[in-house]
Amino acid sequence: MAEQRLIVVGGGLAGLMATIKIAEAGVGVDLFSVVPVKRSHSVCAQGGINAAVNLKGEGDSPAIHFDDTVYGGDFLANQTPVRSMCDKAPEIIYLLDRMGVPFSRTPEGNLDFRRFGGTKHHRTAFAGATTGQQLLYALDEQVRRYEAEGLVRKFENWEFLSAVVNEAGTCTGITALDLLSMQIEVFEAPSVLLATGGPGIVYGRSTNSMVNTGTAAAAAYQQGATYANGEFIQVHPTAIPGQDKLRLISESVRGEGGRLWTMRDGKPWYFLEEWYPAYGNLVPRDIASRAIHKVVFEHGIKIDDQNCVYLDVTHLDPDMLTRKLGGVLEIYEKFMGVDPRFTPMKVFPAVHYSMGGLWVDAEQKTDIPGLFAAGECEYQYHGANRLGANSLLSCIYGGMIVGPNMLARSAETAGEGGSAAADEKARMENRFAGLRSMDGTENAYALWNELGDWMTRNVTVERHNDRLKETDDKLQELMERWQNIGMNDHGQRANQELSFTNQLWNMLELARVITLGALARDESRGAHFKPDFPERDDENFLKTTKATWAADGPQLDYEDVDTEHIVPRARVYNVDIR
Amino acid sequence: MADEQNHEQNKAEPKNIEIRVRRQDGPGSEASWEEFSLPWKAQHNVISLLMAIQAAPVNAAGQPTRPVVWDCNCLEEVCGACTMIVNGRVRQACTALADELEQPIQLEPMSKFPVLRDLSVDRSRMFEKLKEVHAWVQLDGSHDLGPGPRQSAANQEQTYAFSRCMTCGCCLEACPQYNDDSDFMGASALGQVFLFNLNPIGAVQSEERLETIMGLGGLSDCGNAQNCVAACPKDIPLTKAIASLGRDVTVKSLRDLLGR
Repeated sequence: MAEQRLIVVGGGLAGLMATIKIAEAGVGVDLFSVVPVKRSHSVCAQGGINAAVNLKGEGDSPAIHFDDTVYGGDFLANQTPVRSMCDKAPEIIYLLDRMGVPFSRTPEGNLDFRRFGGTKHHRTAFAGATTGQQLLYALDEQVRRYEAEGLVRKFENWEFLSAVVNEAGTCTGITALDLLSMQIEVFEAPSVLLATGGPGIVYGRSTNSMVNTGTAAAAAYQQGATYANGEFIQVHPTAIPGQDKLRLISESVRGEGGRLWTMRDGKPWYFLEEWYPAYGNLVPRDIASRAIHKVVFEHGIKIDDQNCVYLDVTHLDPDMLTRKLGGVLEIYEKFMGVDPRFTPMKVFPAVHYSMGGLWVDAEQKTDIPGLFAAGECEYQYHGANRLGANSLLSCIYGGMIVGPNMLARSAETAGEGGSAAADEKARMENRFAGLRSMDGTENAYALWNELGDWMTRNVTVERHNDRLKETDDKLQELMERWQNIGMNDHGQRANQELSFTNQLWNMLELARVITLGALARDESRGAHFKPDFPERDDENFLKTTKATWAADGPQLDYEDVDTEHIVPRARVYNVDIR
Repeated sequence: MADEQNHEQNKAEPKNIEIRVRRQDGPGSEASWEEFSLPWKAQHNVISLLMAIQAAPVNAAGQPTRPVVWDCNCLEEVCGACTMIVNGRVRQACTALADELEQPIQLEPMSKFPVLRDLSVDRSRMFEKLKEVHAWVQLDGSHDLGPGPRQSAANQEQTYAFSRCMTCGCCLEACPQYNDDSDFMGASALGQVFLFNLNPIGAVQSEERLETIMGLGGLSDCGNAQNCVAACPKDIPLTKAIASLGRDVTVKSLRDLLGR
């Protein structure tokens, strides 16, 4: 038998961490990424990574981190995996420190920590305000070392198309598209990891990078993998507009003392501080986004006729701002032409993160044996709302535990592929031959713009059943119109329109999962808010939504949530109840 | 969502944005210019203009054409993907705001790397160089070995500046010494050598890292034009690193010569 290699799809934090764990055990990895891994979306994370190491002497502990995370997620996350993640967080920070991440320091030379939303503790380690970039680079460097040693083989500019699933229903490999030659190849391995990130591009413009189409997770879903809690989409309260994307202004800006306000009756109104005195500007994101909507739409308060509020750091020391928040403030200045150290920023909410994703068990296994998932493409750690600075943690933690689990599976079984690999390759080649010959009148990118507009309008901060229903009708219309796309690019190499058209179908499939999941959940929990059902309903909906693919649309099923450690309680941030 | 504040702020006169794109089907094929004319909108950047062409691929002469191929990802100047030449200057396309650019906005691929198609180029050589110079900290393993060494805030600030390098290629495009006829690794790789030699754990391998820049294509190929530091979008003090590495290499050469 040839040398055994495992497959990792995705070169962000989760994929790279898994790669390190596998390579460290002496097993080869084929690492697939649609962009050079150093350009993965993890670079966009700004504010930091959470770990309760209690270096500020505040009595913080992994147990409090666990409670904050479960409470912040409105009790929808299975508790045991979240607890394990919070317990492991300090060790992860120290590992990253040893890898050379230039974490910001205290005068004594210790790691510095700052505050973030949904907690009272200084728990967030940070590297200036480009923490995700710095973490990604550290892991990228370690993987490069294994690449230089020959253990890791990178397939950059390759796109995952589908899993190879044999007759027994086991994943034995993948098909992938070379984005330069546009050739499809099949790769076999006893375990495959999807670490392919979130689906923000389903919403057109969001804070996400262009690769975050969710296409890989959506492809696996169409092949039988369950997609969980799709309706839980985080809308970040503070972003700035652009024609191409909505750029994030990190929560760390408020963690370092930034305040949200708007002008009411000629005076500044610090609405979060007034409404949520216990947490003030550091309420969780779902709460802050709803508050901004309320100010702008219910109170009708705009600024210069624009839907926005002020995010203000002008009262803070400019040198501190440059040191601790330089990377973020630089984005505002470059794109808006105004120096936020001296003029308040104008911000408004934007789609940011998917709490939902591929269903996995505590070992990061999807329900297709041999297929694993880690990072934002799975659903496990954030419940109904993710706390800031927990995403970098969950990506690295997921990657850390999935690597050894993939190795364990490989030792126990080497899936018999049979003809599955050749069959799957043929299926994908047929699909792409069909795409190439599309000669209808629709434009794939124009359809995507429509998709984004509908999803953004109806499936974000406020959800109404009639509009969700209309949106699903629209999605089905877009799926019909997708069949009538006409290719403008008939080139044989680097044909971006061809791969995008394939991704667009997958985005439409995911959009239905998100929309119908939201329609069916008649309650309000975390990021999912229905004015017609404003209360959390634990009796009926303390449950994970599980969507499985069927020809006539997603089939929804529900699974009880693990609440073994913390009894669900009301979630309030205006007063301290602990 | 944040885009809702994008209401046309300037309804005075409808104007267009004129763009010229240098197009090329593949590495060996002829390049030619194609013009586009798009309606003005607030907050357009080069990326959103190219996206508008994707959604309605018609050139300024009214002829249907194929969408432009280019690289991009984060769109906030932290991933380094969308580097191209905009109006003669190498930079990231995402931070190239239409209202601040002279028209026609002229877009070309970087000239120091093989063109894949249109504005997309192959920068894999840059990543290969990072391998050659051992741009990493050599860990004993990823298991729990406790905290790393303490570091001063001053040291962190210095390393952080170099650790923001996105491998975007601006410094190489601007460098007169970096071209088809030379093996010069360029400022980005040298900056990473400086970075890892500064790291308290990375310093353990500083001798072997210095060796990788002492040969052909290494430090001595730098012509001190200082274009790199001017072109760097992250203001990384690359020339400072090169000067400092120069001293380190000299000391090491002397030591090697004297058998230590």
